[in-house]
Amino acid sequence: MRTLIAPGRHRAGYHIALAVTTVVLTAVFVVPLVWVVLSAMKPAVELARVPPTILPETWTPATYAEAWDLMDLGRYFLNTIVVAVGVWAVQLAVDVPAAYALSRLKPVLGKGILGMMLLTLMMPAAVLLVPTYLTIADLGLLNNPLALWLLGAANAFTVFLLKRFFDQLPAEVLEAARIDGAGQFTMLWRIVLPLSRPILAVVSIFAVVAAWKDFIWPLLVFSDPARQTLSVALQRFAPDTPVNLLLAGLVLSSVPMIGLFLVFQRHVLAGLTAGSVKG
Amino acid sequence: MRRRVAENLAAYGFLSAALICFAVFSWYPIARGAVLGFQQVDFVTDPVWVGWENFERLFADPLFATAWRNTLLFTALALVFGFVVPFLLAVVLNELRHFKAYFRLVVYLPVMLPPVVAALIWKWMYDPGPGLLNSALRGLGLEGAAWLDSADTSMLSLVIVATWANLGTATLIYLAALQSIPGDLYEAAELDGAGVLRRLWHVTVPQTRFVLLVLLLLQIVATMQVFTEPYVMTGGGPEDSTVTVLLLLYRYAFYYNDFGTASALSLLLLLVLGAFTALYLRVTRKADA
Repeated sequence: MRTLIAPGRHRAGYHIALAVTTVVLTAVFVVPLVWVVLSAMKPAVELARVPPTILPETWTPATYAEAWDLMDLGRYFLNTIVVAVGVWAVQLAVDVPAAYALSRLKPVLGKGILGMMLLTLMMPAAVLLVPTYLTIADLGLLNNPLALWLLGAANAFTVFLLKRFFDQLPAEVLEAARIDGAGQFTMLWRIVLPLSRPILAVVSIFAVVAAWKDFIWPLLVFSDPARQTLSVALQRFAPDTPVNLLLAGLVLSSVPMIGLFLVFQRHVLAGLTAGSVKG
Repeated sequence: MRRRVAENLAAYGFLSAALICFAVFSWYPIARGAVLGFQQVDFVTDPVWVGWENFERLFADPLFATAWRNTLLFTALALVFGFVVPFLLAVVLNELRHFKAYFRLVVYLPVMLPPVVAALIWKWMYDPGPGLLNSALRGLGLEGAAWLDSADTSMLSLVIVATWANLGTATLIYLAALQSIPGDLYEAAELDGAGVLRRLWHVTVPQTRFVLLVLLLLQIVATMQVFTEPYVMTGGGPEDSTVTVLLLLYRYAFYYNDFGTASALSLLLLLVLGAFTALYLRVTRKADA
């Protein structure tokens, strides 16, 4: 396809641009990550050396195991998984039926409800920090993952994406199921959900990634160290943990997200343009 | 008629859980936030109406002006890097016909890192001694910088981290927009004698104007709420050079338990961000119509 510069012209220029882009992007985005993975395997003394060694002189891959034990990462992994899986499950359980109702059942006041939900998207998150925190405290949900699950369920963007998808489902299929006597629940479960796999994948990945990356809400909700998520715990450990162990902890806590990305890359990137910002 | 009633009942059954979640965690806090700003609230005593006292306390706090200045500096720098760089990068990537999958993967990789992880990695790389950045600069024969340790460069350092971590999103959105530009437009412009830069300015930019504008507004709103990077990397220092509005808000609420003053600050933030949000709404409305 024709772009800014006609293909085939400026052959040498093209290859120089390709090489420069490859080198720069690799240096900026890949090198720091590789550097961290390698540096975690250097002993603390070697890490403090100026100039730094490139490859570890003394390979100590055991740092990863040591970091896992010292920081009790298993516990924080479990806490984070409980938060992320809970956010995902509750968000789908709450928002899918809601979006279905708004899309296909068109109840009285449905438009108003959707409008009120979308209105919350326009509210900067920071502005609601204090009142939401106090509400969570009033409900006695501090130090309880349920707080984050329910907070995640009030996600207007998810409702919006799902509703827009349900709007486009072929009416004939749904009509046929209704004539066959399917109730609304059967309709949603047996007909609509199987047809909605693509959007469910996008929404699910959004939910899990957002929950895993979240910092400020887990920070506010989990004052009890034993319940904290990885991000909150690592940030708490950072000032007095030996650097090599901290780096190992950072690497380990990123592995699930990087893995998720490598496996579901297509869905993650599709989700990027699923929003309203389409060209 | 009976069918409508049944459908309405079913619909509200399906909606009930969502309505409760939104009511408790969105709509009620919105209303409560407006009230809190004019109350004295701590966990010890009952809330008391104090009128504009919270705002007066804020205006008297020397950090108030500092926080806004720092936040505006962060937003301005973040736009220079985070708005211009992804667009130019997307333009370049759109021209390249090799390694497409690799480039996409690489620019998006940091977006998958938890922000705390990115912040801690960079904090370590900024170390003026054995840190990667200064080591690389010295390797090139240049002098290193103090990065986070100096009030002159601390904010810039935070902007670099935030840009590095988030640039992939904007780049890939721009890339998708660029791919929808009809090729004949470039063809025609070239026949009219327009060079590369003029084609960029007169074809590429106008064709992606909507996406550019939307992301610009979203980015302003997002960067003005910056919290994680200063909280994790500098704690507001050195010499208060990285105290942002949100960091100040956090301190009022969670160090001093002064939720009223924190809410007053939220309301002021809402006032500023509301203007950009209103603009965003107008832009997207117009495009829908």
